[in-house]
Amino acid sequence: MPLLEIKNLQVRVEDREILHGLTLTVNPGEVHAIMGPNGSGKSTLSHVIAGKPGYEVTGGEILFRGENLLEMEPDERAAKGVFLAFQYPVEIPGVATMTFLRTALNAQRKARGEKELSTPDFLKKVRTIASTLSIPQDMLKRGVNVGFSGGEKKRNEVLQMALLEPSLCILDEMDSGLDIDALRVAADGVNALRSPDRAMVVITHYQRLLNYIVPDFVHVMTRGRVVKSGGKELALELEARGYAQFEDAA
Amino acid sequence: MAAVQETVDRVKRIDVDQYRYGFETLIESDKAPKGLSEDTVRFISAKKNEPGWMLEWRLEAYRRWLTMTEPTWARVHYPKIDYQDLYYYSAPKPKKSVASLDEIDPEILKTYEKLGIPLREVEVLEGVVRPEGDRKIAVDAVFDSVSVATTFQKELKQAGVIFMPISEAIREHPELVQKYLGTVVPTSDNYFATLNSAVFSDGSFVYVPPGVRCPMELSTYFRINERNTGQFERTLIIADKGAYVSYLEGCTAPQRDENQLHAAVVELVALDDAEIKYSTVQNWYPGNSEGVGGIYNFVTKRGDCRGANSKISWTQVETGSAITWKYPSCILRGDNSRGEFYSIAISNGYQQVDSGTKMIHLGRNTTSRIISKGIAAGKSQNTYRGLVTAHRKAKGARNFTACDSLLIGDQCGAHTVPYIEAKKSSATFEHEATTSKISEDVLFYCVQRGLSQEEAVGLVVNGFVRDVLQQLPMEFAVEAQKLISISLEGSVG
Repeated sequence: MPLLEIKNLQVRVEDREILHGLTLTVNPGEVHAIMGPNGSGKSTLSHVIAGKPGYEVTGGEILFRGENLLEMEPDERAAKGVFLAFQYPVEIPGVATMTFLRTALNAQRKARGEKELSTPDFLKKVRTIASTLSIPQDMLKRGVNVGFSGGEKKRNEVLQMALLEPSLCILDEMDSGLDIDALRVAADGVNALRSPDRAMVVITHYQRLLNYIVPDFVHVMTRGRVVKSGGKELALELEARGYAQFEDAA
Repeated sequence: MAAVQETVDRVKRIDVDQYRYGFETLIESDKAPKGLSEDTVRFISAKKNEPGWMLEWRLEAYRRWLTMTEPTWARVHYPKIDYQDLYYYSAPKPKKSVASLDEIDPEILKTYEKLGIPLREVEVLEGVVRPEGDRKIAVDAVFDSVSVATTFQKELKQAGVIFMPISEAIREHPELVQKYLGTVVPTSDNYFATLNSAVFSDGSFVYVPPGVRCPMELSTYFRINERNTGQFERTLIIADKGAYVSYLEGCTAPQRDENQLHAAVVELVALDDAEIKYSTVQNWYPGNSEGVGGIYNFVTKRGDCRGANSKISWTQVETGSAITWKYPSCILRGDNSRGEFYSIAISNGYQQVDSGTKMIHLGRNTTSRIISKGIAAGKSQNTYRGLVTAHRKAKGARNFTACDSLLIGDQCGAHTVPYIEAKKSSATFEHEATTSKISEDVLFYCVQRGLSQEEAVGLVVNGFVRDVLQQLPMEFAVEAQKLISISLEGSVG
């Protein structure tokens, strides 16, 4: 069974239709890149999968392991294994990162009927992941993303992803605002999470990120539709020739 | 975090309107005749076997009160209070002096048990497994108009600390009471304080002798039980030279349709090098979701840093009451004295809060710090009102104020009204204020990670109030954290 099946998805924001019949199938173990110019609807797609309020689905469906994802609350989707790494992670003053991580992990475990992780087990797990991502301990004591640099924020997203062990990871413009070194650390973290039963959807404007996170499939999105799909070589073609060639196809 | 989860579980078990402390204790009570007159004042004074000077003090306050008018400057609205339609004194029957806890009406003990107040010293002392370092807390419990039990009297006595109902202190330590009562909040201070001076029935009295660090947290638990009864308690705390005391106060009341008046006065006196830390968790019945019922909490609290290098610190968590009118203040009289005010004021439903502080810098190099966190939800109105002044002799006075307001939903209001007066040019006053709405993006970020909407709000709000929660003694901080989330239940659609 596919992990994620999006069929003819139509989405409106206020009076404007953003997605006009988008179709995409993602199987476990696959890494899909979605590339497209600004305003093509890439971020809308990631938000709708995660369940962000403010979008109206007017047609089509999204199935997650065969279940209707659109009927679930966002926290339910998270507990089922949907994870969105945000383009702009928010700051939560006064809430220590460690507290946040623990609250999130235990909320998901509880929703799945699992026991809470004991404090020593939790700490051990977080510290192990943090060290592979070069996240210092004092960063975990600070407020969530408060005063973090762009690179630190993205590493914090990867840390959460590694801790929560989702089956579908959506990475929204992970490379925005990162220099090459920071990008490499974050990408290494993501690559370490690739596994036969986990799929990833990497949303990006530039080919650059795909040098570090090499996809199995590339989809070109313009004006709210997937207009072309292919292997990783499609990304290189886009880099050389730009999106303009696809504008007419939409 | 375990506390967040626990809060949510608890919230789920209760209904929005289900105020946890809303039960009533069925006991017979001994009441003064309804209404207020000189006879009422004499009745109360006689009930307490007070000396003549005390009765005179009360009558003088009563006569002054007759000439005063109710203040209207606060941003609160309520129908006119009929002061003749209230009972000013109510005591559980039979009224006799209680020598041990066993003589207290078991119904009252049960009430405090339900509220989670440890009145039985035996249980506290021989509690099955006490965690290492768990501190003891001495409790004075005030039920309607009388104090029903004060625990750990003996142990405190050994340290020289006096902790007893103020009605007893008036008889047993008249010299101390006469020396300090009304010296911080004079009988003429304001309408509600003057009313309190005339009819106060009980409250706590604390005296910590020179150089003594009070060996345990002192605590008073106030409970209004009787219908149509005002509660007018009076608390007086004196820390003599070099002394230290930490005092906690908690309040609840049954759930009723009518509004009940609570007009308390608290006076603190800190002499040279002394320190008083006063913490309140106020959870009077706030009224139901339609705004019917609830306590009018019209309270005057003031501390006098009378000696050099003294320090008074107020910490309050205000979640209850239909209307709160309360400004715990510091008079910084002694040179180098310091005043602090840390406040979390939460309003939901139709609650109205007008609260803040006054820092009055009189002495040299006096410092003060104000951290106020207001959270408004539902259809509530939440006002911070603060005054910072430096008088002519207050050379080098410094104040730092930060007022932050958080709005949940779009039908509530947050208001900040600071008054700043510097009569001395060397004073340094800093004021910061922010108002923010709880952000949809932050909530979505949290729920995407698996938190429910309620958990997300609880987490964000607890983060918002963190610097103030840290000022509370630990046992109270955990309770306050839970209370905050419960108070905001139903505030997010």
